[in-house]
Amino acid sequence: MLKAVILIGGPQKGTRFRPLSFEVPKPLFPVAGVPMLQHHIEACAKIPNMKEILLVGFYQPNEALSRFLSCAQQEFKIPIRYLQEYSALSTAGGIYHFRDQILSGGPEAFFIMNADVCSEFPLLEMLEFQKEHGNTHVILGTTANRKQSMNYGCIVENQDTNEVLHYVEKPSTFVSDIINCGIYLFTPEIFQHIGLVFQKNQQDLLLEEQMNGWQRAEVIRLEQDIFTALAGRGKLYVYKTDQFWSQIKSAGSAIYASRLYLNHYRKTHPERLANNEEGRPTIRGNVYIHPTANIDPTAVLGPNVSIGTGVTIGAGVRVRESIILHGATLQDHSCVLNSIVGWDSTIGKWARVEGTPSDPNPNDPYAKIDSETLFREGKLTPSITILGCNVNIPSEVIILNAIVLPHKDLNRGFKNQIIL
Amino acid sequence: MKALILVGGYGTRLRPLTLSVPKPLVEFCNKPILLHQVEALVKAGVDHVILAVSYMSDLLEKEMKAQEQILGIKISLSHEKEPLGTGKSNAGLVFLSKLGIKISLSHEKEPLGTAGPLALARELLTDNSDPFFVLNSDVICDFPFEDMVKFHQHHGKQGTIVVTKVEEPSKYGVVVYEGESGRIHRFVEKPQVFVSNKINAGMYIFSPSVLHRIQLRPTSIEKEIFPVMAQEGHLYAMELQGFWMDIGQPKDFLTGMCMYLQSERQRSPERLRTGPGFLGNVLVDPTARIGQNCTLGPNVTIGAGVVLEDGVRIKRCTVLKGARVRSHSWLESCIIGWSCSVGQWVRMENVTVLGEDVIVNDELYLNGANVLPHKSIAESVPEPRIIM
Repeated sequence: MLKAVILIGGPQKGTRFRPLSFEVPKPLFPVAGVPMLQHHIEACAKIPNMKEILLVGFYQPNEALSRFLSCAQQEFKIPIRYLQEYSALSTAGGIYHFRDQILSGGPEAFFIMNADVCSEFPLLEMLEFQKEHGNTHVILGTTANRKQSMNYGCIVENQDTNEVLHYVEKPSTFVSDIINCGIYLFTPEIFQHIGLVFQKNQQDLLLEEQMNGWQRAEVIRLEQDIFTALAGRGKLYVYKTDQFWSQIKSAGSAIYASRLYLNHYRKTHPERLANNEEGRPTIRGNVYIHPTANIDPTAVLGPNVSIGTGVTIGAGVRVRESIILHGATLQDHSCVLNSIVGWDSTIGKWARVEGTPSDPNPNDPYAKIDSETLFREGKLTPSITILGCNVNIPSEVIILNAIVLPHKDLNRGFKNQIIL
Repeated sequence: MKALILVGGYGTRLRPLTLSVPKPLVEFCNKPILLHQVEALVKAGVDHVILAVSYMSDLLEKEMKAQEQILGIKISLSHEKEPLGTGKSNAGLVFLSKLGIKISLSHEKEPLGTAGPLALARELLTDNSDPFFVLNSDVICDFPFEDMVKFHQHHGKQGTIVVTKVEEPSKYGVVVYEGESGRIHRFVEKPQVFVSNKINAGMYIFSPSVLHRIQLRPTSIEKEIFPVMAQEGHLYAMELQGFWMDIGQPKDFLTGMCMYLQSERQRSPERLRTGPGFLGNVLVDPTARIGQNCTLGPNVTIGAGVVLEDGVRIKRCTVLKGARVRSHSWLESCIIGWSCSVGQWVRMENVTVLGEDVIVNDELYLNGANVLPHKSIAESVPEPRIIM
């Protein structure tokens, strides 16, 4: 039997997702209409013999997470548990800490996935691949362009055997254009390797004085501490995919990931996509609309738009490449482009809320979304406009390339600014 | 009486509009700028208007011919002698307008400054002893032509300048004059210290004898002629009541429009549109079509044949003839040129000026864009610039 572990991080992680992550833990942020994690869970629940899904992270127990878990368990009919780390233990430390839980029941293999990736989840293919390669550990890899590959974990592959010969996390010079997707399939043997690193860390700590109080032996990183050591020893293999894949680090990448998933719905969940119908709003491209949203038929939505629960959209509104979170209201004639409108926010009549997309170069099949810095040369980099929860935008103003923190009432337009 | 209107310049400050149409023919509040002045002159008893033009005179001729039907005027050519052997010919054109007056074109082969045109039109201006008006073609106000005649005849000297009060006099040249009589003492160009808050409003009335002072060469009336006249006690100032604006550049064109519409609200309120969807002063040509749920105003002028689709919001703009604004767009402080097409969900602001026949694609944002004629805009212009 099989298990899946999803690494969901904690509040100190995912700070690039602020201010959206102030309201809701990043793994629960809706992408293409459903919480980020749900895409992972759906993919896992489809695998025959999947016994249990474990979420590992260091969020304190919260209502949103608990509610999500119970709903997901009911919907997908599979046990899902949250294992809370006592401290941030990093990508291998967490699973090592909970190894008994993971191994209980004797799974032959288990998946490990980062919550903040968007993927087609070729899990069955990875299982096949693992069998063909003598039941070793498998990393899912994909191709990036040379320049961007250095922002990821780089995998050097033996083309004939698919073995991972070398692994470097975020090198400063070019190593390989095959990158780590953050989705793995391990056998229980992995814990022996992690255990070795743990013991070594403990010894190191004993030898040197404790410089920083927070440094612990249990903090172990899969990428730098495990893969780098396993590479070239016949233990680690890479399964390459050219299906869609993206990281979700910033708000801008949430919109891009939405686009990828919405497009995928054409195959997997066509019922989630809105259609053009008499008396309904005009739909262009792929659009998700929650059934409780109230939308005037003269509105024009899409492409790549997700409308959350209880959203109200007035007459003549235009929304494109955006995510509208639940309870938001868009008044008549307003225009929302390349933006995320936070929960319960209001956008006044004829207002224009616009961001700048940071999409990867569409002409390069291997280009990935850039995880840009917030500022460049002292100026705010033009990016997706984000309105935190409960933000009120007055009528007729323009909000361009701005980030507005929650519970803010604006009285004029803003451009290229962060509004606290 | 006669009037000389200094049309002269290339109208460069009102580009891109003046790339398609000579400045005097650009519609200000749905009427060519020139016609605002000419109509007021006729009311004051002027029966012959001379237009001093430079290189645009051919186009102006053509336009005036095309407008023949609209203005109801006849055009005939009459050539006048070359004055003073300076090589400057004087192609005069005589119009018979429906106003029952003559309009002549006086063509400078090279720009003659502000005084030269007077010398050029000397023959026309001196054929009787009546005083004549000289106007800067960019001026809009509640034209005080009758008052000017009275004032001028009262003091009996050679020249009267109309002055107007401004908030920031150091941006201009100010006029220092005696409050009681109006006799002008001197002029100060862009004073650093407060000297006076009255500036030259660009409207004059002269006795024909003033022409002895002006030679046919590039001459600045302000710098060369007026100071001498002031010293000799021959120059008087009449203060203008009411609004005044030099509408030679887009920003001021819009400010002037606001002032003019406000003045219309006092004088002929029936010309303005009121009711639901109209805020403040809004002037709409009867042939324009306005969609549902539009909100127009305050301070909007909509030209002939303009189409505004549903849900359009326009504030402080001039929309010229034949333009179309598609649904849900939002415009503030813009000039939309003739036959333009503005797409859906477009936002334009901050003195964006579209030349003739410009197309703006859907969902764009234009901030202070200055767009030359026949251009298609496919990308937003988030910061002010010129689009060639």
